[in-house]
Amino acid sequence: MGMRFDRVCVTKAAREILSEITLELTEHRIGVIGNNGSGKSTFLRLFNGLETPSSGTVRFGDTTDDLRRHVGFMFQNPDNQIVYPMVEEDLAFGLKSRKLPKAEVTERIERVLHDLSLTHLRDRLTHQLSGGEKQMVALAGVLVTKPDLICFDEPTTLLDLRNKMQFMRTLATLPQPAVVVSHDLDLLAGFDRILHIADGRIHADGRPEEVIPAYRALCEM
Amino acid sequence: MLTDLYISGDSPLHRARPAWKLVLLFLFCTLLFVVTHPVMLAIGLVTIALGYAVAGLGPRAAYTAIRPAFFVLAIIFAAQLWLETLWLAIYVTLRLFALLMAAALVTYTTRASEFTEGLLALLSRAPSWVPKAKIALAISLVWRFIPMIRAQFDEVREAQRARGLDRNMLALVVPLVVRTLKTADEVAEAITARSLD
Ligand SMILES: Nc1ncnc2c1ncn2[C@@H]1O[C@H](COP(=O)(O)OP(=O)(O)OP(=O)(O)O)[C@@H](O)[C@H]1O
Ligand SMILES: [Mg+2]
Repeated sequence: MGMRFDRVCVTKAAREILSEITLELTEHRIGVIGNNGSGKSTFLRLFNGLETPSSGTVRFGDTTDDLRRHVGFMFQNPDNQIVYPMVEEDLAFGLKSRKLPKAEVTERIERVLHDLSLTHLRDRLTHQLSGGEKQMVALAGVLVTKPDLICFDEPTTLLDLRNKMQFMRTLATLPQPAVVVSHDLDLLAGFDRILHIADGRIHADGRPEEVIPAYRALCEM
Repeated sequence: MLTDLYISGDSPLHRARPAWKLVLLFLFCTLLFVVTHPVMLAIGLVTIALGYAVAGLGPRAAYTAIRPAFFVLAIIFAAQLWLETLWLAIYVTLRLFALLMAAALVTYTTRASEFTEGLLALLSRAPSWVPKAKIALAISLVWRFIPMIRAQFDEVREAQRARGLDRNMLALVVPLVVRTLKTADEVAEAITARSLD
């Protein structure tokens, strides 16, 4: 199982933003790096259908299901991802369209709050939470739907050091595979595979100990 | 006032069906406006006080609810005093005060999601072409994002003050509108990502 990209192109406003991407992604932790404007976010958004390819196909495993059924997406700014005024209600939101019985909704919410040690935030107003707390709540909102894969677009840019470390620990414990776009190379150092995107193409693809130093060297030139 | 004031609790008011609370609120407001008699107003004020007591909400909560409206109440009082009589000024101001307090009582005891469900229950009598779930979501969004837009306004004003532009309406409004539109875009996208339909 995993994501499969088959000759995927994305064209916007007559500009080719991603060209001819063919990949099979089965690793547990995959990092995506590259310069500003190179196409990382566009690439990531293909994973759960926020972006549709101009040509080529993106599939989860062998299924032709709606990608959103399998892939959870964490946005950079949790403020915009949290929809409801109260934590508990917001967690219920993602489950609404899945038509689960009420008891299961409650159970899942309790479980995810417990797993992320967020039970104390249950009845809090979302807009009063700190940045790190908001991000954890946004993550809980993704996890509660039990996705098979989770995408993160620059998850640590708004976090202080403590919250960043907390986030890294949480990420390490997630049972699902994750794809993380980040400019924070330390965050990706322990990953299984790194994709370096440049000008809408996969410039390098391999283990972090190969790809990251090469990327650093390139940036210093 | 429709603020984001929900305070969790287990009083009969908290447990009452949201649709009923909305209907009662509507009847209460109508009654106060139709029966323009001081006795009616007195009954209304006593009812509200009782409501707050039953909900386990103290004077502090009541004060928090009404504080943002003090300014408006003061203007209305002054205007009535100037145009009409002291007696009428007191009456009109107190009546508005009663309405605001009653609405706040409903929001204090109703979660946004219950509130939307209450509205949905009322909406369920509407014809089938009305997009009920979407209306409900829209209402919760308003609820959720008012504090955020307020915070953005403060941020923009601060940034413009640092540039000495805080008296320039354009310098305040343009960034705020741009940010609000961008936020709206991102929120719409997040909603797409999080729900299946
Ligand atoms: N709707 C659009 N219309 C036209 N061009 C777009 C659109 N969205 C993105 N682009 C362009 O596509 C390119 C890739 O954007 P993308 O957001 O994927 O970059 P990124 O690698 O995530 O950059 P960053 O590191 O700054 O987040 C950029 O040059 C951007 O200007
Ligand atoms: Mg990006």
